[in-house]
Amino acid sequence: MAWNLNADKPIYSQLVEIIQIQIISGRYKAGDRLPSVRELAAEASVNPNTMQKALAELERNCLIITQRTSGRIVTEDTELIHRTQKHLAEEHIQNFFRTMNGLGYSAEEILSLVKEAAEKLSNSGFSHTDLPKGAE
Amino acid sequence: MEALAEIRGLTKAYGNTIAVNNLNLIIPRGRIIGLLGPNGSGKTTLIKMINGLLTPTAGSILINGFPPGPETKARIAYLPERTYLQSGMKVCDLVDFFQDFYEDFNRDRAFSMLSSLNIPFTAQLKTLSKGTKEKVQLILVMSRNADLFILDEPIAGVDPAARDYILKTIINNYNENASIMLSTHLISDIENILDEVIFIRDGQLLTHMPVDQIREQYGQSVDAYFRGVFAC
Repeated sequence: MAWNLNADKPIYSQLVEIIQIQIISGRYKAGDRLPSVRELAAEASVNPNTMQKALAELERNCLIITQRTSGRIVTEDTELIHRTQKHLAEEHIQNFFRTMNGLGYSAEEILSLVKEAAEKLSNSGFSHTDLPKGAE
Repeated sequence: MEALAEIRGLTKAYGNTIAVNNLNLIIPRGRIIGLLGPNGSGKTTLIKMINGLLTPTAGSILINGFPPGPETKARIAYLPERTYLQSGMKVCDLVDFFQDFYEDFNRDRAFSMLSSLNIPFTAQLKTLSKGTKEKVQLILVMSRNADLFILDEPIAGVDPAARDYILKTIINNYNENASIMLSTHLISDIENILDEVIFIRDGQLLTHMPVDQIREQYGQSVDAYFRGVFAC
């Protein structure tokens, strides 16, 4: 499991996104218990307080629920997990469009390029189960 | 909860040279703090005063409410920049030595870390490589249940794999009543485990800020920020 952290962005917001991806990709499934703050911090090689802050943010978004006796679990609200997935996808698409605009492409040109790329990928046997970096 | 350490107006002059100049600093509990600054900025002088090895010219230091002395030495685990251990002693004798010296020493923790890094218990210190000697000293220091750990350049001489192990050890030993202050030049290796950083220059406090605040405010890593601030 790779925690690839970018050097110039706040650590905690990156941790939030990585854990969201871990939940979306099913590394931690709905209702699963999460490891302790310390275990997660050691795994990611980050400060325990920063990990705590990331988990608190995920709790505020209700993706994680703290139970008094059994620690933190992933929400059982699969609809919410799905919405989080959609939200992350939209963010990535926006960033992608911004980069492509910078390269001088219009929205329509981008769409046709993406279509082309998708066809090439499906011909070469790429499937939706090939998970993004950071998901395994 | 009261601060772990309070430093007020701290000054140290060596003749005409002022190494630490009117420094004010509060060290909270439960933090991992990086003490950063260029060579000769006063980091080691500050550390030595906190440990009671140098007497301030002016100002005060309180740790758990006590000035540096027997009460504070019992609660601070200090890794100096240079070795002070007898090179003829065996690793296991050094463990006994620390056990005799410090009430808060956890012998099992020391042996378990020594085993994890494959350090032979019966080897004399002088037969070990420079990096392994450093690991032994760090293990001894980190095996105490101190309130304040002060590590002066703890990872400079060890290989990257051992560095990762040491950083994980620091994370695993973390407890919310204790703080760890470490000085280093290898900022990018450690910045992910830091809560906050203290920058000093010419013996004065330049910045004392959480790592994520530096990244948010300046859009760069602490390492890049440091290089910018202290560019020669």
